[in-house]
Amino acid sequence: MDAETFAMIGKGLIVIGAGLGIGKIGGSAMDAIARQPEATAKIQTAMIIAAALIEGIGFAALFA
Amino acid sequence: MMKAKLNIIATLLVLFSTTAFALEHPDDHSHDHGEGQTMDLKTEIKQTIKHHLKDAHYFELYHGLAMPLPVIIWDNGIHLFMSSSFDHGHALANSKGNYYNLDHGKIYKTDSEGHVLDNQSIIDFSITKNVLVIILMCAFLLISFSKLARSYKKGPIPTGFGRILEPLVLFVRDDIAIPNIGEKHYKKYMSYLLTVFFFIWFLNLSGMMPLGINVTGSIVVTFSLALITYFITQFTANKNYWGHIFWMPGVPVPMKIILLPIELLGTIIKPFSLMIRLYANITAGHVVLMSLIGLIYAAQHWLANGAFFGLTLFLGVIELLVAFLQAYIFTMLTALYFGSAVEEHDDH
Repeated sequence: MDAETFAMIGKGLIVIGAGLGIGKIGGSAMDAIARQPEATAKIQTAMIIAAALIEGIGFAALFA
Repeated sequence: MMKAKLNIIATLLVLFSTTAFALEHPDDHSHDHGEGQTMDLKTEIKQTIKHHLKDAHYFELYHGLAMPLPVIIWDNGIHLFMSSSFDHGHALANSKGNYYNLDHGKIYKTDSEGHVLDNQSIIDFSITKNVLVIILMCAFLLISFSKLARSYKKGPIPTGFGRILEPLVLFVRDDIAIPNIGEKHYKKYMSYLLTVFFFIWFLNLSGMMPLGINVTGSIVVTFSLALITYFITQFTANKNYWGHIFWMPGVPVPMKIILLPIELLGTIIKPFSLMIRLYANITAGHVVLMSLIGLIYAAQHWLANGAFFGLTLFLGVIELLVAFLQAYIFTMLTALYFGSAVEEHDDH
């Protein structure tokens, strides 16, 4: 097991984490929209921003 | 009727793009493996993808049909010639007594025998494929938007292509600029937000065309865009913004000292994440699409061919969505950073 292997495992873990995070955001946004359909636009905007920020971490891990 | 026609055209475009990518043969790589030696399919697919992701001194329209582009080199004076003098890396280009070689998309200064001179560095200002596409896209945006602006002189309803653009301009204003920057300050940022939105979106879409364009998937382009966002944010910021960076109000003094480097780093990380996000999304999309197209050719059974074809089509449509989404996110986050720069705090 050399350093590169561990780096790959780390990248995998980060991607799993980012996936879980974005999934949680999406799920919560669905709940919120179901409760308040009239606030859909605002919820979607907030959801996309949060998802994009997490996605940035994921990509940074993949390309670093 | 019109909609059905558009649908057919869109489907045809996706279909053609799949074949054009796959047929794009890595022509100027063949000399690495010796002439006449046939590569196995796996290496060929890998090299085609690698070749596609890189910028080039040719505009390859089809296998064997490449348009040469001008090469501009600064080497103690300007050297200007067409990239066809390289003959796809097979020949040395002679300009004003200096010899240049094209190897894997990079230009080296050589002697007359073709040996690379190590100690000679040159600066390459060439109009490459990406530069050409950017220039064409700027011209397209300029023409279509000035047409839209002119059409308001005749009446309140724009004609032609402007009918598509007008709701999008309103979308950027009402859903991106005003909620994030605020009614008071949004106007001075509108020009940049609109430019960056349409520039990224149309370039993303042109990446889905069968010409093998990959501009927003090049980190240099996204770096420049993020750099402009960074400068605009810093130079239009008010004293509240700087106050929150250098001396965060409302927290104890030791905390202020800890927060200072974090906040300073944050100003760099924000545009950095903009750069990486756009670059990585578009690159990843192109790699996945081209790998799936490669699988169509690698699969031996007609059933698998059909399945991969369907998958390619599906992902192609997803990528059209991603093209819009990434332009939207870039503009949205840019607006968010501008908003934080001009935010006014009355109390804490």
